[in-house]
Formats: sequence, C-alpha cells, structure tokens
Amino acid sequence: MGLAVAVSGAAIYLPTLRQRVKRTAKLVQQTEEQARRELTQALSPTPTGPRVKTKLFWASGTEDVSLTAVTVELPLADDPVLRAKQVLNTLLAGPVDSDLRTLPPDAALLKFYLLPDGTGIADFSEALGTSIPSGIESEQLAVESLTRTLEANVPQVQRLKILIHGQEVDTLAGHLDLTGTFVVNTKPATAPAVKPAKAG
Amino acid sequence: MGSAAQARVPVLRERMRFDMLLGMRLALGISISDMKLFRGNRILGLALPFLAAITFAGQAPSSSQQAAGLSASAVPAAPSQTAAASSLPAAQVGGLNVVVLDPAHGGADYGARGTEGVRESEVVMEFAVQVRRALESQGFQVVQTRLGNEDPTFDERSAVANAQQGAVFVTLHVASTGLPGTARVYVNEDLPVTPDATGLIPWERAQGPFLSLSRKLGDLVQGQLAQRFKGSPNAVQSAAVRQLRTTAAPAIAVEVSSVTVENRNDLDRMAPGVADAIAKGVAAFKPSYVVAGAAGAKP
Repeated sequence: MGLAVAVSGAAIYLPTLRQRVKRTAKLVQQTEEQARRELTQALSPTPTGPRVKTKLFWASGTEDVSLTAVTVELPLADDPVLRAKQVLNTLLAGPVDSDLRTLPPDAALLKFYLLPDGTGIADFSEALGTSIPSGIESEQLAVESLTRTLEANVPQVQRLKILIHGQEVDTLAGHLDLTGTFVVNTKPATAPAVKPAKAG
Repeated sequence: MGSAAQARVPVLRERMRFDMLLGMRLALGISISDMKLFRGNRILGLALPFLAAITFAGQAPSSSQQAAGLSASAVPAAPSQTAAASSLPAAQVGGLNVVVLDPAHGGADYGARGTEGVRESEVVMEFAVQVRRALESQGFQVVQTRLGNEDPTFDERSAVANAQQGAVFVTLHVASTGLPGTARVYVNEDLPVTPDATGLIPWERAQGPFLSLSRKLGDLVQGQLAQRFKGSPNAVQSAAVRQLRTTAAPAIAVEVSSVTVENRNDLDRMAPGVADAIAKGVAAFKPSYVVAGAAGAKP
C-alpha cells in the first residue's frame, strides 16, 4: 500500500521536478549570457565619448617587482560604475607586453557595484584566484594594480572589496586577505575630473 | 545577472557574521582543537588561551592600547575566558622564549608551484627544519603549526600562537615571483583596533595591537636577510597577509623567491641563510619584548 502511494506520488511529482530543473538551468544560462553581454558592453566604450588620459598600472618589469603607470587615451564614461568597469576591463585585457600583466588573462570582471559610502565592489570570475601566480608578492601586486588604477581614474571609489563569483573568499590565492577592503582613495569623493585629451 | 549578483551582496554580510562567530568558537574551543592537531605537544598542553598580560619594554602603551585595556590584556578572548583567567594565579614575569613556526600550506594545498614541479608546501617544510634548528641553538623553544603534510586552517595556525605567552610567530613562504635568491619579510597592513564594550580585541583583528612590535621584528629579520641575499629589500614591507591578521603576537611572513627556479637545489641552498637570519633577528628582538604575569601558565 505504502509503496503504491510512493509510486503514484513520485509519478505526480517527477514532471514538476523536471520542469523546475529545466527552469533553473535556463535561468543560469540567461544569467551567464547577461554577464557576457555586460562585459562586452563595458569593453566597448562609446566611440563618440571624449577620449581622456587614463592611467593603468601594470608591472614595471624591474627586478623589484613594482608597478608602473601607463597612460592611454580612452573614451571613458562619466558614470563612476561604468567608468570603473571600463578601466578595470582594460587593465584585465593587459599591456602589449604580456610579461607585464598583473592579472590572469582568463579572469573577467563580472560586476561592479558602488555603494553610497564610496565602497566599490568588484566581482571577478574564479580565474582571478585560480590562475594568478600564488604568493604574497604576486597577489599584492595584482590587488595594488586594481586599487591604483581605480584611484587614478575613478575618484568616487574610496575603498575596494573584491568578490569571486559573487562570494567573499578568504584569500586571493592562498595569501592575500580578501575578507576586508583595500584603500583606494583617502580623499572625499568628488565629481570625476574628466579632462578631454587633445585629438590626435 | 544584475539581480542575481545584487542579491549576493547581503549574503556577504551574513558570511562576515558567520566568520566572526567562527572566530569566537575557535577562541573558546582552541584547547580542544589544538590538542587534537598537536597531540603530544607539551607546550601547547600547558598553555591554554587565557589572557596574557603584556608590557612593551621601553615604550608606553599607545592610546589605542590603553583604550583597549591592552596593558592588562591583549589576547582576544571571549568573556568566559576572562573569568577563567582571573581565577588562575599569576605566573612569574617571563620573556620571549617561544617561536611559533608556520610552514605555510600543506595537504592538498601546495601553495605556489613551479613549472619544474617545485611545490611551496614541500619547500617550506625543508626550510622549517633548518629554521627550527637555528632557533633552538639560540635557546628558543619552537612550536610548529604542522609537522607533516597536514593543512591546518588559518585560524588554527593563529590559535597555536595565541595560546602561547610571549611567543612570536613566523610563517614561511616561497613566492611565484621575484628575483631568485632573494627574500622578503612582510607584516600585516594597518589594522585599526576597535574593541567592543568589554574592551577586548576581536579575534578577526588580533594582530592590530602587535603591529608596531611586528614591524620591529620584521625589520630586524629583513636586515639579516639583506646581508645574506643580495637584492633583498632592507626594510620590512606591509601586505594584507591573511595568516598574520588573526595572530595575537609579533608576527611576520618570510617569503623567498622563488618556485620558478629550474633546480630545486637553488632554493635548498638558501635554507641555512634564511634560518640563520630568522634566528639572529628573533634573538635581537628578544630584549624589546617582555611578557609579564603570564596568566595561562601553570603555577
């Protein structure tokens, strides 16, 4: 008797369960597609926007393993969130000399939030932690390249919180502490200092 | 993606709260977990994580330390521990005698890995053998956070140091980067100490009150390393090293470069110099660190 009830119950429930699984799978697919679209949009700044001098911090290539600023001209947005996405995506895309990268080539910025108190939250794909060379020095260099690039180009971001795939993690790759925030700007947030660069 | 990711932000706060509770649990359960992890360790068996009264030789406690009541208590602990500590007799005034040595990573966590198969977790164990020997020859008692291929958590490693009285903590690492044959010392970045209503320092920021001492220890060890390994910095550096943050003791991370060497022997040859530098640096630091009224010690 019990078995018959269980079998009939399962017969009723299984199609519902199957539909739920399909719906969830579709939602995940849509979410990933949306993330890719946002990423692509961020990588393609408005071509008609004014080009401004943008400082990006990559490895200097010297023996002391430090950062150096490289100035490029980009059509940056006024909106601080979009602007932060643009500069971080350009940083992730890397310098001409790939040896000077500070971030793994397969890492992607999934989302960027800016809280009213000036905390920027950068949500990266898992590759940021899994593909970066492990070590205190290399992990610190990666985070500093992010904070100094934001400091130079997005004055509204005062501190940075790094998430991996939407979650807080203990460390970047076994060493550097990601449970707190990193100082970006110590000055109060002001409007973006957008100075159009000379054409040419 | 937008709505799904936005929904994750509140989860972050929940996670932080969970971590804080975990820290408290570890603070309370430290003797149990450590006895399991380090069975047979005489030092740990004696030293339960009760409050240690710490004074800094030749320097008055800073205003933040005074605000936190740190001239009397410095080890982060739950209120119940405070009560337990007050019921114990005060011990003799003592100095720095114990060094907690932490070979980083272990188990399935290899740490940095070189293309020639060099694993950080294995190299640091080899280094630890020589560092231990050098420290013991200077008269220090050494407690290791792992003796084999275990992988204690960050909190478990910190707990070993936090359970000692007047110990220093040295965590050993091998980098993926840097000029081969060099070594760097790191201390934790600034950790503003905001004690709660009880005046105790949260486990999550246990390193805060010890930072100035950590810098002093770090500079001494880095100075020794710079003499032995050309191209190494002359002064200690700051970084948000996770392992150091929860350690309630003068704490440094020593990182040598690097796993990218073609021959593992190149790294092994550094071990005696690194060991000697750490031992001499800690010995030079000893006079500036005085521990009084070790409440957790046996009478």
